Amino acid sequence: MSDFYETGPSKPVTESIRVDKVSPKARRMHNIRAIVVVILAILMLIPILVMTQTAFKTRADVVSVPPTIVFKPSLEGFVFLFTERAIAPPGRIKALQEAAETGDLSLFDRVALNSGQEITGLSDYVGRLTNSLIIAGLSTVFAVVLGLFAAYAFSRFPVAGKDDLMFFILSTRMLPAVVVTIPLFIMYRQLGMHDTHIGMILLYTVFNLSLSVWLLKGFIDEIPIEYEEAALVDGYTRMQAFYKIVLPQAITGIAATAVFCLIFAWNEYAFALMLTSDTARTAPPSIATMLGRGGIEWSAIAAGSLGFLIPVAVVVFLLRNYLLRGVTFGAIRQ
Amino acid sequence: MATIELQKVEKKFGANHAVKPMDLTIADGEFVCLLGPSGCGKTTTLRMISGLEAVTAGKILLNGKNVTWSHPSERDIAFVFQFYALYPHLNVYDNIAFPLRAEGEKKEAVESRVNEVVDILRIEHLLKTKPGKLSGGDKQRVALARALVRRPAAFLMDEPLGALDAELREAMRAEIKQLHVAQNATTVYVTHDQVEAMALGDRIVVMSDAVVQQIGTPAEVYYDPANLFVANFIGSPGMNLIAGKLHDGRVQVAGGVDTIPVPVGYRNTLPAALNGAGDVTIGFRPESAILADDGDIAGEIYAVDMHGSYKLLHINIGNGATSGIVHVRADRMVTFPIGSAVRFSIDPKMMRFFDPQSKQAIQQEVTQ
Amino acid sequence: MSSVELQHITKKFRTVTALNDVSFTVKNREFFVLLGPTGAGKTTTLRIIAALLHQDSGSVLFDGESVDDWTPADRDVAFVFQQYSLYPTMTVYDNLAFPLRSPMRKTPGPEIKEKVQRAAEILHIGHLLDRKTANLSGGEMQRVAIGRAIVREPRIFLMDEPLSNLDAKLRESLRVELQHMQKTQGNTTLFVTHDQIEALTMADRIGVLNEGRIVQVGTPNDIYDRPATTFVAQLVGSPRINLFDARVEDSQLWLVGSKISVPCPTDRTMPATVQVGIRPEDIQPDPKGKFSGEVILTEPLGVETILHIRSGEQVLTSLIPGISSMRLHDTVHFNILRDRLHYFDDSGKRIGQ
Repeated sequence: MSDFYETGPSKPVTESIRVDKVSPKARRMHNIRAIVVVILAILMLIPILVMTQTAFKTRADVVSVPPTIVFKPSLEGFVFLFTERAIAPPGRIKALQEAAETGDLSLFDRVALNSGQEITGLSDYVGRLTNSLIIAGLSTVFAVVLGLFAAYAFSRFPVAGKDDLMFFILSTRMLPAVVVTIPLFIMYRQLGMHDTHIGMILLYTVFNLSLSVWLLKGFIDEIPIEYEEAALVDGYTRMQAFYKIVLPQAITGIAATAVFCLIFAWNEYAFALMLTSDTARTAPPSIATMLGRGGIEWSAIAAGSLGFLIPVAVVVFLLRNYLLRGVTFGAIRQ
Repeated sequence: MATIELQKVEKKFGANHAVKPMDLTIADGEFVCLLGPSGCGKTTTLRMISGLEAVTAGKILLNGKNVTWSHPSERDIAFVFQFYALYPHLNVYDNIAFPLRAEGEKKEAVESRVNEVVDILRIEHLLKTKPGKLSGGDKQRVALARALVRRPAAFLMDEPLGALDAELREAMRAEIKQLHVAQNATTVYVTHDQVEAMALGDRIVVMSDAVVQQIGTPAEVYYDPANLFVANFIGSPGMNLIAGKLHDGRVQVAGGVDTIPVPVGYRNTLPAALNGAGDVTIGFRPESAILADDGDIAGEIYAVDMHGSYKLLHINIGNGATSGIVHVRADRMVTFPIGSAVRFSIDPKMMRFFDPQSKQAIQQEVTQ
Repeated sequence: MSSVELQHITKKFRTVTALNDVSFTVKNREFFVLLGPTGAGKTTTLRIIAALLHQDSGSVLFDGESVDDWTPADRDVAFVFQQYSLYPTMTVYDNLAFPLRSPMRKTPGPEIKEKVQRAAEILHIGHLLDRKTANLSGGEMQRVAIGRAIVREPRIFLMDEPLSNLDAKLRESLRVELQHMQKTQGNTTLFVTHDQIEALTMADRIGVLNEGRIVQVGTPNDIYDRPATTFVAQLVGSPRINLFDARVEDSQLWLVGSKISVPCPTDRTMPATVQVGIRPEDIQPDPKGKFSGEVILTEPLGVETILHIRSGEQVLTSLIPGISSMRLHDTVHFNILRDRLHYFDDSGKRIGQ
């Protein structure tokens, strides 16, 4: 230790760091902390890992105790996910067994042989996922566009009762949304909006609007008003200044807001369960109801969840830079 | 009280030097200013002295003791930041008492020492106020009091006046100097403002591009800059630097009509530095030029600035390019329309010469 | 280019009066500087002229014609802001071209190119045209901002402290450039600043604004030599003017708390108590000087040195040429230039011419 005070660290310091942070003890502590963080990160990823594994396991592997870590991947779960099946008649199984001895079976035949079920048609998974995409996607677009205009007005114009209005908008978030499910259910049935795309899009737009107005107002407040004023004296109208000057600068905030809205609409379960039954049913309730049908097909549920995860994951990944900048941008204010 | 010594101290960020190896010895009670444009390494140097930044190589001695690898709190040094770094939730008294309480001082001792510094800085009336309610100048007074109360061996100040407006800066500058005169504490002061450095420093360390350009008293860096950077950086405006030629023992200013004899101090050194003849950069301060109808150098007025007690003439001696503009100080009552022709000469005693290649000053011989 | 006249402009923000009956005229092709401390109402004035704000009462006239009902675009002014004036998502070229492309002007492409090139040449930013503005230095940014104003050939230039975020050296050189440009191109310019040096060095005329009122309008020489109030006297000049309370006794003016006295001027009527203003350069050390004091601080600035001299209970600031060899606690003899003294009454108003 005394050695360090005399000669310093063994390697020259070429980073910005306080003196006491380069002592061997501090470096050791730093490494320990780094290891703990990595371990925590791995722990957090375990559920996703298990889900991904399960999606590629066969029925036998899924239920084996202790769980198999190394296994032969199979697409059985995905076949179950995308298809409707019925118990195969015994004659059919026999025929398949004979065919298996003589030559190769198709993927579907193999699954039928292993599970004793025969494929009767396509499942509704793709339809549900499409519903989710349409409803979440459009409601996000509407929430962001409407929110942007409202936020701009709140940020730039002397709206009468501005603070009260902003509070009122936020107050829609102050009770659990589920509380209003029953009234909404009755209302929607009366209006003929039960189980319609338009009904769900409207609902999610309204729910996201408060978040979107608040977030976007924060972002627009950060854009100095001088830019628009410069455009105004340069001979542009307010609207032109808005889309030529404000919009390009607000893009980070818009992206961040869109991601938050999308995630909410994408994951929403309770309303979707109550207010849709078939045409407009989204993926979350539909994956959950897979639990109920006959034997529990864990691999199919895992595969369904994985498929459900991918679109948001892709969006978040594409917008990750905006998201990170957006979140910190709004947060650090003098 | 303390001496501070830097021996071949350097700092690298990755492969780039933030501070190239530098030596500096600061005497007990001395006020040293680290001066340079932003990014020159002056703040990094200060932070290395404080221990907030670890050195890449070299040694830092405080009172002769090697503190290079000591914790900042073991160095007995107080740091004053540009943005005050006052604790917003504590009132002025508690802010000032904070470092003493951290050292576990007794209540009475804390009180007497706080009162002592409060007296020096004349902030008695602010003791119960929270920092948020103070003006910029008062905030910096409180920050100074908090530094002073610890009775540290040395003060390190990082642009303490940088956040104040011009008028207040002038007044606070005098206050800091007065404080130093009274306390005589070793102080290292970082600034990018050459006026501040000149007014405050016993000595000035001029830095640029991670390199120490010159260490000297205000008079030395003003009258005898070591190189072109210092010549231009010190002074407002900086030294006029114009091209010239040496031949036959006489100097000719580019664009000038007449040649002038080499000033006395340079009779031997100038020809020696240029091997007898060649291009040279001539430097002179705005106040060393004399307007005269028979002046050596002709030019035309580019702009005229009124400064209150004097006027500054900006004279274009080139051919229309801004680079050919020299600044000449003149009486406050002179008037020239833009574009009018003027002539001026340079006081030979105040002429300085630089090697245009190496950008270094050519030395004068001290005349008896 | 146009002249601009403000007539009795008043503007309130809720309960705060930002501008109180402000009237002044910027003549055609004049460089007019509005000088005042933070919060004096300078920026509000500019924004009213640009129609970014509307006054509560009073009128704005361009060339004698009221423009009160005109929009910012109609008024055809150019505004250079303190910062944030460049559009960060565009290149320098597009920033300069932006005003020309506005629906009001719809300048054809080749003409835009020509005008942008010319402005870039005047401001020495030709090499920056393809750059994104985010990568420019502070000085380059303000050059581009000024460039965006001059491509337009507007009726008036409004500049809101465009130099205040730059470092000292850049400020100096841009000051000279701006002055030269204004004088050679003859642009009507209204320049707002809190920096007295900027006002003195560039202005044809200065308007001093304090707490929403115009205190004095005059040439830099007027403002410096004949400040109308103690406020103006203290605002202009660096180091600050010395201001002392004084009593008239036996036709002598005694500075309170010191042994310094000067003969009472006879060309004006003096009340019993006055304030005397002495510019630091008018306190001149002289071995045979009439007054003496102790040097308590020296601040060598290079071209000159500030001496703080204690005489009795008063401290005087003196500005002397060169780097002084005076040391602390030296006794210094000095004279005060009598014909350059300033006298103010108790309310701070100038006495006499």
